[in-house]
Amino acid sequence: MQKYFLAVLVENKPGVLTHVSGLISRRAFNIESISAGYTEEPSVTRINIVVSVESENELDQVVNQLGKLIDVIKIVNLSKFPSIERELVMIKVRANKETRADLVSVVDIFRAQIVDITSENVVIELTGSQNKIDAICEVLSDYEIVEIARTGTIALSRGPIPVKAM
Amino acid sequence: MKMNGARALLECLKNEGVEILFLYPGGVILKLADEIFLENFPYILPGHEQGAVHAADGYARASGKVGVVIATSGPGAANLVTGIATANIDSIPLVCITGQVANPAIGKDSFQEVDVCGITAPITKHNYLVKDVNELPRVVKEAFFIARTGRPGPVAIDIAADVFNAEIDFEYPDEINLRGYNGKNPVTESDVDEVVKAVEACERPLIFCGGGVTSSDTSDDLRKILARLGCPSTSTLMGLGCIDADTDGFLGFAGMHGSYGANMAIQACDLLLCIGMRFSDRVTGRVVDFAPNAKIVHFELDPAEMNKNVQVDLKVLGDLRESLPLFKNKLDESLTNFAEKFSAWKNQAVAKGWEHPFSWQDEQDLIKPGALITKISSICDENTIAVTDVGQHQMWAAQFFKARKPRQFLTSGGLGTMGFGLPAAMGAKLACPDKNVVLFTGDGSIMMNIQELATIADNNIDIKIVIVHNFILGMVGQWQRLFYNHHYSASELKYKRDFVKIAQAMGVRGYRLTKAEELDDDLVEILFSKGAAVIDVYVPEEENVLPMVPGGRPLNQMVLGKE
Repeated sequence: MQKYFLAVLVENKPGVLTHVSGLISRRAFNIESISAGYTEEPSVTRINIVVSVESENELDQVVNQLGKLIDVIKIVNLSKFPSIERELVMIKVRANKETRADLVSVVDIFRAQIVDITSENVVIELTGSQNKIDAICEVLSDYEIVEIARTGTIALSRGPIPVKAM
Repeated sequence: MKMNGARALLECLKNEGVEILFLYPGGVILKLADEIFLENFPYILPGHEQGAVHAADGYARASGKVGVVIATSGPGAANLVTGIATANIDSIPLVCITGQVANPAIGKDSFQEVDVCGITAPITKHNYLVKDVNELPRVVKEAFFIARTGRPGPVAIDIAADVFNAEIDFEYPDEINLRGYNGKNPVTESDVDEVVKAVEACERPLIFCGGGVTSSDTSDDLRKILARLGCPSTSTLMGLGCIDADTDGFLGFAGMHGSYGANMAIQACDLLLCIGMRFSDRVTGRVVDFAPNAKIVHFELDPAEMNKNVQVDLKVLGDLRESLPLFKNKLDESLTNFAEKFSAWKNQAVAKGWEHPFSWQDEQDLIKPGALITKISSICDENTIAVTDVGQHQMWAAQFFKARKPRQFLTSGGLGTMGFGLPAAMGAKLACPDKNVVLFTGDGSIMMNIQELATIADNNIDIKIVIVHNFILGMVGQWQRLFYNHHYSASELKYKRDFVKIAQAMGVRGYRLTKAEELDDDLVEILFSKGAAVIDVYVPEEENVLPMVPGGRPLNQMVLGKE
């Protein structure tokens, strides 16, 4: 299985996420992550999809089927271009006096941040590649992880050309 | 001009050239129904919302126009689902308008509330929920544009009840502004050049056309190409009529119950020109063995159909209205006498077909389905629209009825919806009042929307309904006979129902034919009589549709049956 990163520009209209996610599930495509957010244009939403496929042909199917949705304006396979990929994670870990110092050193090594702290736990925030996020989750599993929230990967091409002009 | 939302919707429909509505009223669309009354807008009231949507579908298939169905919220909308799915998979342009509960009631599990956009998302080309009357003109304009352009399909518009009462300063937009869809599908000329080269280089080409030729109205272009090449041809079930059934070298339709000649030609050809088709599993047999000796060319508008089911060698992406004339012109520029070059191959393909033609065995004075349909086909004029339901009779109709023109063989190809036939035939007749419409149905299928007999009686819709009555759900029974040890589980229909009486009770003439000799005089007389009629024709129960490619087998491994 090969992973590809798709940047999908869609009309910012009600129901558009339903159309995209519904299509992905009924065509039985494998999705690693999906996230959506506003863009520099108020009428456009950007959906970031990491798709996992067996072949280039299957990838073409995903792109062509998504392209048929009326509200989809543009689809770019960012894996074909040099691009920056990032994911944000927040991890709540049980922490007491004994473990807190260890956790701080893990946070420092990963260049993460502690964004909340109580007598019982800390919340760690980290932005990075999926591998880096996987790595900190792995290390922190030695401690007691209370919960994890991940955004899924988003990506932006390097250089001056935006997706809408590709 | 100031008006209410309901009136504004009717103005939109008039602007789109809508001539007739298939309408079933209900609580949330009473205001709309009232405006239809005041405007005297033409409509047909069916017996069931499913009848309404299939009728709109039949109307669209026969005319090429967008069919319009209107239903109420909740159960009304839910009853449309099968019909929308039927139209979607066969790429039929519909605009399906449903009432939704009023804005403040949405999301509260209100009386007769159902999430129409949620339900119809996978079975429409696009859908809308209109909550603000000011969006209505734009949405309707877009819906018709989306339904009829590109690869056609159904569009659902769900309208909150209070929108019908809200006031709007009505103006119909001139322009469409959809950034993700322009309905244009241009062709790359060099793609066509590659195909011409392939034609020049090949020895055994075969033309294989599908429903895309019908929906793009390019049958004339296709026929010219066929005349220029002089090669054999076949079609999918949905493509029947695009090539006149009597065309020299036309081998009949291909696929699971298609002709031996067509399937063998697909396996033998060295160039397969697939035009406006989508390689359904009913047509390919086992995919890896499909057309093993051929370079496969795909003329297709929808990029998502390219390499979806079958890997092709050459693609001509884009509108057939552009690619086929271009292909024709480029063939004309060639100095090759294609017809001469391919004539031996054509004759060979036709002769192969004659080894096992579609046939039946006469038995005493029983009426055989093949004989029945052949007889009807022989007495119908070339402008007759044949409509089918789904099952054995559908395949017999495809085998024995000679479709002469596009939009004259209407069948639920992709979804295989039993109950499609009667309402679709009704819609077809309304679309084409000057054409004769014959419905072939079965004793199973007819029961699924039999309430529409009353609709055709009420509205004096003159269609002839031929029930191929074999006392069994025939196709299910055939598979049970062949693959499940004759276990007729839930498929026998016993002997009690009387379609003649049902017809009469609904206000339609009913006749019964049971003996072969009745095909010669009685049948002809009924078919040529004026007004709707049900012709209940008893046929033997254990008749198989043959030949047949069992599931998962290559096309050339056909079960042929007794000779």
